[in-house]
Amino acid sequence: MDTPIYCLEGLRKSYDGRAVVDVERLEVQQGEVLALVGPSGSGKSTLLRLLNFLEPPTAGTIVYRGCAYRDHRVSVAVRREITTVFQRPVLMRGSVRRNVAYGLRLRNCRDDRRVAQILTHVGLDSLAKAQAQRLSGGEMQRVALARALVVQPTVLLLDEPTANLDPYNVALIEDIVRRENGESGTTVVLVTHNVFQAKRLATRVGLMLSGRLVEVAPARQFFDSPADARTAAFVRGEMIC
Amino acid sequence: MMQRTCRLLIRLPFWTCLLGLAAVPLGAQAAAAEQGVLRLATTTSVADSGLAAAILPDFERRNSCRVDVIAVGTGQALSIAGRGDADVVIVHALKQELAFIAAGHAKQRDEIMVNDFVLIGPADDPAQAAGAATSADAFRAIAAARATFFSRGDKSGTHTKELEVWSAAGITLGKGTAWYRSLGQGIREVLLAAHEQRAYTLTDRGTWLALRTKLPELRIVFGGERPQANKDPGLINRYAVLAVDPASHPAVNAALAERFVAWLRSPEIQQQIGQFGVTQFEQPLFYPAAR
Amino acid sequence: MDEIFRGLVRAASLIWAADSAVLEIICLSLVVTGLALAISTLIGVPAGAVLGLWSRVRVRGLVTVLLYTGMGLPPVVVGLAVYLLLSRSGPLGGLGWLFTPSGMVLAQTIIALPVVAGLTMTAVQSVDPALRLQVRALGATRWQELAAVLREARIGVMAAIVAAFGSIISEVGAVMLVGGNIEGQTRVLTTAIVLNTRMGEFDLALALGIILLLLTFFANTALFWLQQRVGG
Repeated sequence: MDTPIYCLEGLRKSYDGRAVVDVERLEVQQGEVLALVGPSGSGKSTLLRLLNFLEPPTAGTIVYRGCAYRDHRVSVAVRREITTVFQRPVLMRGSVRRNVAYGLRLRNCRDDRRVAQILTHVGLDSLAKAQAQRLSGGEMQRVALARALVVQPTVLLLDEPTANLDPYNVALIEDIVRRENGESGTTVVLVTHNVFQAKRLATRVGLMLSGRLVEVAPARQFFDSPADARTAAFVRGEMIC
Repeated sequence: MMQRTCRLLIRLPFWTCLLGLAAVPLGAQAAAAEQGVLRLATTTSVADSGLAAAILPDFERRNSCRVDVIAVGTGQALSIAGRGDADVVIVHALKQELAFIAAGHAKQRDEIMVNDFVLIGPADDPAQAAGAATSADAFRAIAAARATFFSRGDKSGTHTKELEVWSAAGITLGKGTAWYRSLGQGIREVLLAAHEQRAYTLTDRGTWLALRTKLPELRIVFGGERPQANKDPGLINRYAVLAVDPASHPAVNAALAERFVAWLRSPEIQQQIGQFGVTQFEQPLFYPAAR
Repeated sequence: MDEIFRGLVRAASLIWAADSAVLEIICLSLVVTGLALAISTLIGVPAGAVLGLWSRVRVRGLVTVLLYTGMGLPPVVVGLAVYLLLSRSGPLGGLGWLFTPSGMVLAQTIIALPVVAGLTMTAVQSVDPALRLQVRALGATRWQELAAVLREARIGVMAAIVAAFGSIISEVGAVMLVGGNIEGQTRVLTTAIVLNTRMGEFDLALALGIILLLLTFFANTALFWLQQRVGG
């Protein structure tokens, strides 16, 4: 059995005394697609930020690849193994190609071939020279995804990546994620409020309510025969926030 | 390409600035080292009248040096010299000069030229100060008539002399004297203001002669058309040169300063001083006074 | 009105004749202000960015007020302070910068620095926090994050530089005190204007004023063009 890539123990994050994340224990397996679902404000995005070492936890430990961290001050090398695609793609001035290559530039690396490859992979090769900030929503999100994938992350975190997109782009992006996970074995943690997306993509699904992890189970079990009553209610669409 | 341009844009000013920073003081220092620089702090009347520009090139030539003229009021000139920031001063305020010497900033004063002060006023002379026998009487007339009087109010030589005359006239200038305005500015600004407001003011004759074409509404009310005709000997304006004492301020250019004093007192330069402005104003602006 | 017209004519004739004394004055004005602007930009932009991004919340308020006060410093007060600093009797007298262009550059840099730093800090604080998060999530170090934020805030930063330029090209108090308005050495446009006004030479003073305005206009045109290019 492989060691989990993440192991969270007693992880808590509070803002102004209010606990936004309170996860007793969670393991993320290498190469899996873990979907985190739950109503808005349940702490899913905060948890992702903690996983990407963007913020320090108030308490608890994150064991990443065997090393335990109680803080977000990890080495740059470690932080660079993980990347996040947010709900709103924040692109910079310049061409699509330039934006996609940004992560490589940060790492002082230049690989035009890989950039071209990834652009083809996400279906943007015809727009490589276009001004990134003038694209449509779906195209911009694909640029953001390409930007994240080009650095070949060990862990890909997705924070509601398709929340604002039309079904065509949703399908495109899900396809890219699926391929990435399948071909490169990238671990994916996906936060979504789209239950169907979770069903389509995830190997395991976790339900978060008010910062707590209510249930984590393989996808089929989560949807067909959840252990917790609240999970059942959520799956049925009866979740009141 | 944008990035390259940005990098260039950052590098260019950076290097320009480094080079500039290096060049400016180096350039100045190199020049100074080659030539030697004499810093002369002087009153505005000496510089603005054009005397400095007329006679200094001779000194610069003879000593292969450069004379930097800092033309400010007497008070500021003495302050600058008192901090060792100037090597030599030319001022015209005896009391302040003596205090300067007493404080140890200079060993002695050497008179180099004189002219006189005159009372300027509106052409119609509402205070009827023209008929006075002495400057004190003229001032008393102005006070009695409550005619507007502009003062420099800046511890300059002119201001010092003006206060002496008020004191001799027995007049104290306090709160009730609305007709007396203290401007805190140089002599030319005050003359121009006096012209605008038809006011009285005290000035040195040299400045008056240089500026009178711009002041058609004013005339000399007391002091006569020439210094010889000035009824009041108390209005004599004595200019002196003081070299800053290197014992108190070791960084001054004492050697050049000494030569400067000697040069100013030399018969040749004294004669030049006496001839300055004669063609333009039909009378000298300054009279040689070195003894 | 008469004088303004004469001033215009005089300005034109001075420029046309390339009067050497005037050229010297113009040159020195540009060099002193240009250097001061360059130095204050090199120091002020990174300083403002660091303050905007990384200062603790409590400290930031105090720093902001200090910078705003610095922006409003009367140039003549700065000039007096620098004069006392560079005086032979002062702590930095050994530098020999008093009554030289170097001293003037120092004084003007001090005036321009709070403007550049303060306005850069404000520009940086207005950048979308989502950008900072995204850039860090992509693996940026602190300094790479700063660079990304500065790039995003570039229009505001350019405006800071323009504002600083405006504040020092037209100031006279500092350069007068620290430079001494020495003919051929430290006389710039503003001090020359004061001198000529004092001497009653209004035509020449106006002419120099018009030349100063023209210079400022062209410099601002260049800065504006640069802002457009960089802003894209």
